[in-house]
Amino acid sequence: MRHVYLDANATTPLLPEVLDAMRPYFLEQFGNASSIHLRGQQARAAVERARASVAALLHCRPAEIVFTSGGTEGDNLALFGMVHPGDHLITSAIEHHAVLNAAEKLRDRGAEVTFLPVNGQGVVDPEDVRRALRPATKLVSVMTANNETGVLQPIKEIGRIAAEADVYFHTDAVQAAGKLPLDVHAMGCDLLTISGHKLYAPQGVGALFVRRGTRIEPQMIGGAHERLRRAGTENVAGIVGLGKAAEIAVEELHNGGPSRIAVLRDRLERELLAGIDETGVNGGGAARVPNTTNLWFDHLEGEALVIALDLKGLAVSGGAACASGSTEPSHVLLAMGVPQDRARASLRMSLQKQTTAEEIDYALNLIPAEVSRLRELSPVYRRHEALAG
Amino acid sequence: MATERSTIAVAMSGGVDSSTAAAMLKAEGYPLVGLTMQLWNQRRLAGKEGMPEQVQGRCCSIDDVYDARRVAETIGIPYYVVNHEARFERDVVRPFVNEYLAGRTPIPCSLCNNHLKFDQLLATARQIGAEKVATGHYARNEFDARRGRWILSRPADGSKDQTYFLFGLTQEQLSRTLFPLGRYTKPEVRELAREFGLGLASKPDSQEICFIPGGDYKRFIDAYLEEQGETLPDSAGELVSATGERKGRHEGIHNFTVGQRKGLGVASPSPLYVLAIERESKRVTIGGEEELLRTRFRVRGLNWISIAELRNSARAEVKIRHRHEPAPATIQLVADDEVEVNFDEPARAVTPGQAAVFYQQDEVLGGGWIV
Repeated sequence: MRHVYLDANATTPLLPEVLDAMRPYFLEQFGNASSIHLRGQQARAAVERARASVAALLHCRPAEIVFTSGGTEGDNLALFGMVHPGDHLITSAIEHHAVLNAAEKLRDRGAEVTFLPVNGQGVVDPEDVRRALRPATKLVSVMTANNETGVLQPIKEIGRIAAEADVYFHTDAVQAAGKLPLDVHAMGCDLLTISGHKLYAPQGVGALFVRRGTRIEPQMIGGAHERLRRAGTENVAGIVGLGKAAEIAVEELHNGGPSRIAVLRDRLERELLAGIDETGVNGGGAARVPNTTNLWFDHLEGEALVIALDLKGLAVSGGAACASGSTEPSHVLLAMGVPQDRARASLRMSLQKQTTAEEIDYALNLIPAEVSRLRELSPVYRRHEALAG
Repeated sequence: MATERSTIAVAMSGGVDSSTAAAMLKAEGYPLVGLTMQLWNQRRLAGKEGMPEQVQGRCCSIDDVYDARRVAETIGIPYYVVNHEARFERDVVRPFVNEYLAGRTPIPCSLCNNHLKFDQLLATARQIGAEKVATGHYARNEFDARRGRWILSRPADGSKDQTYFLFGLTQEQLSRTLFPLGRYTKPEVRELAREFGLGLASKPDSQEICFIPGGDYKRFIDAYLEEQGETLPDSAGELVSATGERKGRHEGIHNFTVGQRKGLGVASPSPLYVLAIERESKRVTIGGEEELLRTRFRVRGLNWISIAELRNSARAEVKIRHRHEPAPATIQLVADDEVEVNFDEPARAVTPGQAAVFYQQDEVLGGGWIV
């Protein structure tokens, strides 16, 4: 059976060049980057080269990069490392659980937390950030691009407001890295999270940008790694992979890669909207990353649609996966005011750089047929059709 | 060949029975999809008044999903977890609580079979392209061309018979359902699980109500109502004898079930049992064991399986709770959706809220709810 993968926001495949760059560090160049001898020096050099590559992607200094195990660790380090009991944290209702649940844990520990709402398009109003500021506000954390809708947040405005108030600003840029240019100075952020496996690097590696002079309390306690900001032997091969992926991402951003993906995404969206009734785009009126579309199809169960499509070889995503792997209605869509039924009938498709026009055709052949088959099986839809007809 | 057969969705709980059922169908060459229903979030009530702080229930636990997923991987079938928590709460948990509050003794497993496993799951199966559902129930289900009906009957292993919980299945549901274990005994199923290399052949059977860890339904009701922002209705009242003599007071009718002996708080030389529970007067009638015996009772919410409808009356063996040995009786139609059951010999503890299931030899004639 044919397999088409439109779930890049969940994870991306490792690029062969990235694997090639990593391979020696699993095998002959196995050193510990902290060791004094030659093997250690080779590993250290590789880590520092990768640090420079990641810094180039974010337009920061290499010393401002802390390697982590991924997006969740980066977000956790930013929040738990900056916010203490008695401090005030401002974040949004549409953050990834790595931020949302960390914020709730901070609240349990005695910090104050404000969860900002979003408008119907899934966008935070910067003025809400301003209004939420208090003397005790320590950190603002608002994501750059939402993982479910792809909707971009007004990061520069929020960064400016935070700077004016002399409050630290963190942004989870996991879903933005590689999809649009990131410049930590232009964005005005003090902390920024990225994850390797959303960027064609392996799972299990990521980075947190920490602006020079930002005092962050490490969450992993041990040796003197990562300038005392993150203890633990470096994941050398993973870090090398992230560095290589960052280099490739920089090239792609220069060479119009994102706009090529946008053309495919836009065609997919346009033709699905044209071919299927009672369908729309969640967050379609907002600026979005180029690879993501989140569509609702009224009168069906998104969970069943995701499974039915998977059984026919198309990998897409529904709401949020819960612990068991089943689907819960997306907190992001609910925060946007999307009704429960529609949130449950929504589907996220996220393209990868390898996605071809022909794969989009495959999806365009499959989805309308499955949507109408599922609607025919839905008693709600049949009643609705009877009323309309 | 497999390609000509339509896909079957197997309901997989992570236990031995459903896992073996899946492996058997796979060995027979059916195209399969494994499904686990996520029905209840154990964390919801964890730590609430009287509920365990740590989640240890077996219902929809991550461990069970892990086991089911591993079995699916071992036998090589696609596998998905589908979330039906909202439907389960609406059609099983809430009615379960309401039944107790009304002084009856509900059977959530039957509600779950009627609403979730053989309704919602069948719907989900069809949505994903599977025309039939298979489960690990011990029961038999065959089409009888002569009568033109699907016949539900007792399994080879009488000690595991689950037909009592399946009396509500319609002909349409039965026509789309497979019970691969119906011809096997539990020891044979465990042996098959071992042969299939499923690695959970000795996993213990689940016993309690799946969404109530520890089995304390009273605490569950308290915690659930607290979570819902509701208060337990005050149903404290009098304990009386069958002749109306006052014997004491009780804290609420939901604490009782017909036939219950413990927790009555009344001293007596011979054991006392709950005979009846009245919602309006909040009275709980108690008495000696001989007073528990009843010959006649009524049943509503009927579903017929081996016959299209009951005309007048029929002879059958009637089972009035899961662990009850069916006893001979005459069932007489008394209203549109109501029969009167007349046992040949009086039966102990006829309990409103429980199912009465009618058998003729091994076949399920039909059944309904004791009123």
